[in-house]
Amino acid sequence: MKSGGHMAAALSRPGIVMRSAIGLLLLCVSASGAGAAEMPPGASSCTGCHAASPTVDTPAPRLVGLSAASIEDAMSAWRSGSRPATVMDRIAKGFSDAEIKAIAAWYEAQGAK
Amino acid sequence: MSASLSRRSLLAGASASLIAAPAVAQGTAHIVVIGGGFGGSSVARSLKQLAPNIRVTMVEPNRVFTACPFSNEVIAGLRDLPAQQFTYDGVARSGVEIDFTHASAIDAAAKRVTLADGTVLTYDRLVLSPGIDIRWGALRGYDEAASARMPHAWKAGEQTMLLRRQLEAMEDGGLVVMSAPDNPFRCPPGPYERASLIAWYLKTKKPKSKLILLDAKDNFSKQRLFQQAWSQLFPNLEWIGLSKGGKVSSVDANTLSVTTDFETYKAQVVNIIPPQRAGLIAEAAGVSDRSGWCPIDPVTFESRLQPNIHVIGDAAVAGAMPKSAFAANAQAKVCAAAIVALLHNRTPQEPRLINTCYSIVMPDYGISVAGVYKPGKGLLMDIEGAGGTSPLQAPDSTRKMEADLALGWYNTITREVFG
Ligand SMILES: Cc1cc2nc3c(=O)[nH]c(=O)nc-3n(C[C@H](O)[C@H](O)[C@H](O)COP(=O)(O)OP(=O)(O)OC[C@H]3O[C@@H](n4cnc5c(N)ncnc54)[C@H](O)[C@@H]3O)c2cc1C
Repeated sequence: MKSGGHMAAALSRPGIVMRSAIGLLLLCVSASGAGAAEMPPGASSCTGCHAASPTVDTPAPRLVGLSAASIEDAMSAWRSGSRPATVMDRIAKGFSDAEIKAIAAWYEAQGAK
Repeated sequence: MSASLSRRSLLAGASASLIAAPAVAQGTAHIVVIGGGFGGSSVARSLKQLAPNIRVTMVEPNRVFTACPFSNEVIAGLRDLPAQQFTYDGVARSGVEIDFTHASAIDAAAKRVTLADGTVLTYDRLVLSPGIDIRWGALRGYDEAASARMPHAWKAGEQTMLLRRQLEAMEDGGLVVMSAPDNPFRCPPGPYERASLIAWYLKTKKPKSKLILLDAKDNFSKQRLFQQAWSQLFPNLEWIGLSKGGKVSSVDANTLSVTTDFETYKAQVVNIIPPQRAGLIAEAAGVSDRSGWCPIDPVTFESRLQPNIHVIGDAAVAGAMPKSAFAANAQAKVCAAAIVALLHNRTPQEPRLINTCYSIVMPDYGISVAGVYKPGKGLLMDIEGAGGTSPLQAPDSTRKMEADLALGWYNTITREVFG
């Protein structure tokens, strides 16, 4: 996580950040904190089309329940054009490998809950 | 989730008095949301989901929300109004307190909102998602009284049904005139989807009738896709752009006439999509500028003009992001996460946002435009290489798929926002 204007360094325990500027040890919600991960950039937009609830009538698949690998594979294939798509090819091109990885991991973690 | 974590953080040895006290950790943070549409209901629910201990009050005058997406299908008789309507039971179940009245005044310095019923709410942060208001009178002759004869139907509900009834009552052979405004306005592809569906309705139900769409611009969203479909399907539809004299200069509701610099059209049914601005409460809050819209920070959606007030949805100046329900919902979720971060004295992360807008040309014929956005140059910018429209050349099965995805999107987003 980023810590506003201060030098932030992750310590050994996840979720611990040192704010050297004020010389205080603070625990806060950290992107790396187990189970408390902040949604990675872009992930919150997905549920506009990919329903969280399994009872919604739509051809777009739910992401929760998919493995990170399958999301990553599909996004990479759409981005490179090797897999045909109606809309996702245009959207996948907006994300880097690292961003896709983070989003895929986040949705996999939701399914594991 | 964040509540217990931040409380734990205080127990872990850091002295609360030395920290710039995060309001949320003390369980006192109060966020007020004005407007219970796509943006407002999304941000209210999202806040409760991210930080259940935050108190969230949403202010909305209507007990039933009527959604605009798919309201063009209602006008064309393909769908009925109840399919557009949602109560706020789902939002209330998420723990959001709802005041069913409208906000009438905002004191940004005192962080206070006054409601029409006299209630005064104080907030730590305020989110405005009031949608649009019509600039009455900006088009000569088009005031609120005129809209009872020449509906805009740009806020869904009675106006939508009025336009539908007028089309149904029109004799075969009649002339329908529509007008589309200059940018920016709510739902950039909306006028063209509507024109398509009205042309389809006329073609199937009143084949001797004609539709003229007068436009204050030469370029519009998904233009090549729409124009291709029109030339193949709708010889009864004529689009007249700005440079061909399409800009409407005045209207006369009594005679149902629409005047441009070149001509006066006398029609049987007139649909004016008028110039717009951010919902009026934005001006009362001091967050709209001379353009009538609200400049915002692209990371937090905080107003550039007033601290602690965030603006999302149609009212905001969101750079490359269009004024759509998809965008309002995406912005709401980013804004909620940013507010939670700010309440915890964390730096909000730099967001990525997506938009996808489908348009229905006729049954089983959908097209779309998509975009991916990131903050840049103080606005939200298109990520280059991403986004764009459906292919110009595509089999019927692709058009059908996009029509199905459009309805799927509507079902998904309305469930997330109101379900
Ligand atoms: C014909 C048409 C078709 C469309 N189709 C699509 C589509 O297919 N896809 C898409 O993504 N978008 C579509 N849109 C656009 C979409 O409807 C809007 O972009 C979306 O509603 C914006 O959300 P919002 O929260 O900004 O405003 P709204 O959803 O309009 O919500 C604003 C709310 O604020 C309330 N309010 C206003 N002032 C106050 C006040 N002072 N106090 C309290 N409450 C107040 C209002 O009552 C309203 O409920 C369409 C629009 C139209 C007109």
